[in-house]
Amino acid sequence: MGWVKFITGLVLVVLLSGTDVGSACAQESRVPVPKPPKGKGEQCVRETSFMRANHMNLLLHQRDETVQKGIRTKKYSLRECIACHAVNGKDGQPVSYEDPKNFCRSCHEYVAVKLDCFECHASKPPSKKAAAANSENGYRASGVLPQ
Amino acid sequence: MSSKHNQLSDDNAHSARRRFLGQVGVLAAGISLAPGVTLNGIAEAREADQPASDKVRWGLLVDATRCAEGCDACVRACADENGLSGHGRPETDAQWIRKVTLRDPKTKATQSLPVMCQHCAEPPCVDVCPTGASFKRADGIVLVDKHTCIGCRYCMMACPYKARSFVHETLTDQKPHTPRGKGTVESCTFCVHRIDAGGQPACVEACSKTATGAMIFGNLNDANSTLSKALADHPSSRIRADLGTDPGVRYRGL
Repeated sequence: MGWVKFITGLVLVVLLSGTDVGSACAQESRVPVPKPPKGKGEQCVRETSFMRANHMNLLLHQRDETVQKGIRTKKYSLRECIACHAVNGKDGQPVSYEDPKNFCRSCHEYVAVKLDCFECHASKPPSKKAAAANSENGYRASGVLPQ
Repeated sequence: MSSKHNQLSDDNAHSARRRFLGQVGVLAAGISLAPGVTLNGIAEAREADQPASDKVRWGLLVDATRCAEGCDACVRACADENGLSGHGRPETDAQWIRKVTLRDPKTKATQSLPVMCQHCAEPPCVDVCPTGASFKRADGIVLVDKHTCIGCRYCMMACPYKARSFVHETLTDQKPHTPRGKGTVESCTFCVHRIDAGGQPACVEACSKTATGAMIFGNLNDANSTLSKALADHPSSRIRADLGTDPGVRYRGL
């Protein structure tokens, strides 16, 4: 049965060497990886590798500074992240966290890390259209006599 | 209101701009950057990287004699600014500011005035909070840190002014400057995002622009502020002063 082993070995060598089959595999990874959309500008506020690992710490620090002390620097503010990393949907308007195309969601869904930022915070920059609609929300105070 | 006349005589050079802005007597002591954006005074303008300081204590004077019955400009301005929207359930819908009508049963005289978080110097809501979410900022603004609020609502029960609301519904499309979410307590912030940018609360701005100009906002610690001068001019009162909470919101003509 030596020749069977020889043939099997030969097939394996052909498969693993630089043949057509091998190069096709290298082009498209079989492991799906997240492809977060690119933000505006050249680079993020820190290098990308640092941001990938530490963005949550920067946000956590900034959050306490802002809420408790009123420090509103822009560099590490969530609002600036959202403005810079806004992704437009089919209608040309920025998409919210509800949309799979959203920058934050594209990675967080992949790594199965639940976000609760956007239960309170706006997940997209304000559009002029939305701002106009909000002023007509029909909110009336109770205890106000009719005019 | 005599303080208003004082302001008008203060500064004749800017009278044209003041007419353009409307009856914004409150703003006259500040510096106009653009309509609706003013500095509260050079000494009080703060850099974005500087923390709020206890040299400032923000306060508000409401002139109840000027506040018109049936006018809710301040309430609507607050709702617009902070993205508050009702769900048709007045018992539980968020109310950061409400108009209250007082009626003397003997004389039948009525009076209308806005009531919001009184931004107490000794806030009972802060005393009872089990997580430290309810806190008083260095400049006297009483806030809820919603990151640590567990929604227990002790503060709502402790507040003698019924100033706080609980968010019962899942919210979407919040304003970027006013994060709000289900399961947390919230109340008037004095429009803290505007104050940090050198502005003044939306209700005060709306009252001076579209209503009777019955509200003056400013620094209680600065004897030269428009607010302190107005308070020195005429007697004013605090709601439930007997409780010793020392509110930052004062009323004239109650």
